Amino acid sequence: MFNGPWLRELSRLPWGIVLVIVALAGFGMAVLYSAAGGALQPWALKQGIRFFILAGLMLLVAQVRPATWMKLAWPIYGGVLLALLGVEILGQVGGGSQRWLNLGVIQLQPSELMKIAIVLVLARYYHHVPRGYETKLKALWPPVAIIGAPMLLVMLQPDLGTALSIGFGGVMVMFLAGVSMRLFMASGVALAAAMPLAWTLLHGYQQRRVMIFLDPSIDPRGAGYHITQSKIAIGSGGFSGKGFLKGTQSHLDYLPELHTDFIFATMAEEWGLIGGLAIIIGFGVLLAWGIGVSLRAGTQFERLLAMGLTATLFFFLAVNMMMVMGLAPVVGIPLPLISYGGSAMMTVLILLGLIMGITREANRPKD
Amino acid sequence: MKNEASREQRFSRRALLLGGGMGSVGLLLAGRMAYLSIFEGERYQLASENNRIQQRLIPPRRGWIVDRSGKPLALNKPDYRLELIPADVTDLDAVLAEVGKVLPLGIEDELRIRADVAIQPKYMAVEVARNLDWPAFAALNVQVADVPGLQPVRAFSRVYPDGEQFAHLLGYVGLPTPEQYKEQKDPVLIYPGFRIGKDGIERHEDKVLRGKAGARREEVTARGKVVRELGISPDEPGETLRLTIDRDLQNYAARRLGDNSASVIVMDCETGDVLAMVSMPAYDPNIFSTRVPSTLWKQLQEDDHTPLLNKSAMGLYPPGSTFKMVTALAALEAGVTPDQSVQCSGRYKLGNNTWHCHARRGHGTVDMHSALPKSCDTWFYAYGRQIGIERIADMARRLGLGQKYELPLAGQAAGIVPDNAWKQKRFGKAWNVGETLNSSIGQGYIIANPLQLAVMTARIASGKQVVPRLILPKAGDAAPQFASLGIPDEHMQLVRQGMIDVVNSGIGTARGGRSPIGGIQFAGKTGTAQVRRISAAERRRGVLRNEQLPWKQRDHALFVAFAPTEAPRYAVSVIIEHGIAGGRYAAPIARDVLTYLFEPAAALRALAPIEKAMAAKRAAEAEARAAEARAAEEAKLMPAWLRADAPPPPPPLVTGETPQPPRDVE
Repeated sequence: MFNGPWLRELSRLPWGIVLVIVALAGFGMAVLYSAAGGALQPWALKQGIRFFILAGLMLLVAQVRPATWMKLAWPIYGGVLLALLGVEILGQVGGGSQRWLNLGVIQLQPSELMKIAIVLVLARYYHHVPRGYETKLKALWPPVAIIGAPMLLVMLQPDLGTALSIGFGGVMVMFLAGVSMRLFMASGVALAAAMPLAWTLLHGYQQRRVMIFLDPSIDPRGAGYHITQSKIAIGSGGFSGKGFLKGTQSHLDYLPELHTDFIFATMAEEWGLIGGLAIIIGFGVLLAWGIGVSLRAGTQFERLLAMGLTATLFFFLAVNMMMVMGLAPVVGIPLPLISYGGSAMMTVLILLGLIMGITREANRPKD
Repeated sequence: MKNEASREQRFSRRALLLGGGMGSVGLLLAGRMAYLSIFEGERYQLASENNRIQQRLIPPRRGWIVDRSGKPLALNKPDYRLELIPADVTDLDAVLAEVGKVLPLGIEDELRIRADVAIQPKYMAVEVARNLDWPAFAALNVQVADVPGLQPVRAFSRVYPDGEQFAHLLGYVGLPTPEQYKEQKDPVLIYPGFRIGKDGIERHEDKVLRGKAGARREEVTARGKVVRELGISPDEPGETLRLTIDRDLQNYAARRLGDNSASVIVMDCETGDVLAMVSMPAYDPNIFSTRVPSTLWKQLQEDDHTPLLNKSAMGLYPPGSTFKMVTALAALEAGVTPDQSVQCSGRYKLGNNTWHCHARRGHGTVDMHSALPKSCDTWFYAYGRQIGIERIADMARRLGLGQKYELPLAGQAAGIVPDNAWKQKRFGKAWNVGETLNSSIGQGYIIANPLQLAVMTARIASGKQVVPRLILPKAGDAAPQFASLGIPDEHMQLVRQGMIDVVNSGIGTARGGRSPIGGIQFAGKTGTAQVRRISAAERRRGVLRNEQLPWKQRDHALFVAFAPTEAPRYAVSVIIEHGIAGGRYAAPIARDVLTYLFEPAAALRALAPIEKAMAAKRAAEAEARAAEARAAEEAKLMPAWLRADAPPPPPPLVTGETPQPPRDVE
């Protein structure tokens, strides 16, 4: 019983990394506890239960061998794409924007799962593309279509932040798979040229957010207010913060979305630079571990999957933190593991579970 | 396998490149965070404190205004209001709809609010409702407290218990104008519902009455909800202003005037205290301190009795015969002896022109002793001409005419004391003798306000340079000592005796002004100032009696008086616009006001028949107006071909120019 195969399996998990994850999530719960004015309700407790369940899910995911995922890549991608389409159609019928698919027991946000599915399916795709063929046109259009279809659907919801993170994950896998550097540079130039066109496609409120990001003072009471108040919260924390439960920006409601998108600012006000660096270092450890796993992985699929997922995680982190520090426009991307919310947490934990599965595969004794 | 190895190699290269990118973004984030919290930390800490802590003004309570014995003339009562600050409102319609759920808002209210929002700067509060009762206010506090822009305010509103009797003297309060805020930069001026003095003493003494705002430091949430109080610096209420006015006397005088267009001033001859300063008709300052309905405003503006004008200080009238003391004193000073006399035939000829005395058949032989009681114009023509305008003008100025006093009034009209230099400057022409004749009986160019006439009387009565004052000095201050006028006492006695005879002797023109109180005598001088020229043709036809003329063409009635005669204490001036005759109409008012000072009960008895008559007259007028309205209504309903109601043409009006050579003046 105590030396069964499951114990051996558990011992192969990267427990140090699990500890970092638990530490980050625990810190997040402390911040949520404070954000609610020093109460477990309405956020901290719920988040704790959610983390407990989803961490279990992560460990379960970690038990699945990468080979299985490779087999399931296409069905998963197809299923999530269909779900996205379903959301879109339901939304059209029901009127207004819709992101949720109500499955009775849980509300599923397919666009969240797509962030993982896109990496999964492209890793599988490139696993089979022989060396030297990556930049050939014949091999180039399928991944472009694979990335384009879900992006388009998510854009229609409209959810720019998620669409961009799907796109980012996909493009990163293409980059890692070896698509010519020149192509990336050329697309970069083309993208810059297409910016004016893209600008006209943005919704009014999205255009406004970008404008306000460039100059928050144009709207000090509206959307620019978010950025300004967030910077005030972070700046006023100073080196060691105002102290646990002593944040004024958050407790007096000056900080918008204090428990979701702007939780980093809520944290920084009370914990200061020290707390901020702790979170940055914590995630830095996770990212470095992800890169390490990808470098040690045995197959191209595993390499691409591990690194693609790491890049996706990085994207969430970077965009969220840049946003709260006034380095990026306000896009609704929560801070993984810390922000309140089930969907984002599920995505991140599944993502980490997948990487754990790969490292377990690498540690598996060759048989 | 070679393929696989090179693939792995390339992957590693690119993965490391990506990792490097991530690392640098991580460093960037850490650097940015350090920059925000360490280098800019102080600035953001300040910003966060500014967010958190709000200074709330505590508007000071306006000081009371009380009369000389401490009876309140202007005070404050709590007032619950709802105000709206346009700057905080994004959707006015929604906010008004929200208000409408709790308070019924009429269309007029809504239009007024919208107009105010459109006109005023966005930071100035607009009144939504006032005089709310406590249940409504409490309900508003619960229901609209979190609607941005709406503020239930517990303020104080100004109350004038005696209303219009004090309107011109005290003025009223109102919202500061945007210009005043820009000029004074006092944040209390844009505090919702804060009012400042707009007229009269309220305006002149605003700084004293206003007080200093206090402040409350509070921790507030982003939505403005107060979490806790951090500190408080209390407000300093405005000072209580004690006037020299006697409230009861002022009320009595106002009531005694009835619906005349008139002014009464009572002064203390020794101290200069102004005991009463009434100008009627007036407006209700309680209404003016809130908001004047436009119909009322229009009505007040169009009223020919000028209720918006403070006649006591701003009204200018030819002093008429009340000026004769000045001419008499100037003549005595110039060496005219009391026994010198003239023959009055009713006419005085100068060149080709004739000046008339008010007694058509003349007074016969008139000397100094009878000139004032009889108010014989001829005596004054003769000696005024003899001494010349400069001496008369000089005496007039010494007695206080043609100047403004240091008084907390919104405005004073200086009037004119004409002389050669004045005429050169004004018309570029030399003075002529005919004008001296007019001036010596207080007609022509000379004009004065009622206050100046009261000062003149007080100076004659006391022989000192009495200066009026309205604000009572703090207890312990010595009574003011006025210097002597430098006029020999025997001259003064002669003129005072003349004034005593005006009222008390058989030949006097103001026998109606006699004191009803045993042991106290009054002295005075009548004046009847002409407001239009009487042509020679009219004189031949026979001069119309004043009562037959339209109101605007009738003479002004004036009376100045002092009492008691042995030791003068009080001086009075009464002016009734178009009041026909000083002796008959103004003197009894002065008599009653003076009586009130000695025996209030006796004076109040005189009030009853007057007020009864006035009530009857008002009722009759209201009846007539109603009948007229009915007739107009009927005429409208009548078919056009039946109408024969072309209104009779109004009587032709000869508008009075500057008063010119006198007709019979007394």
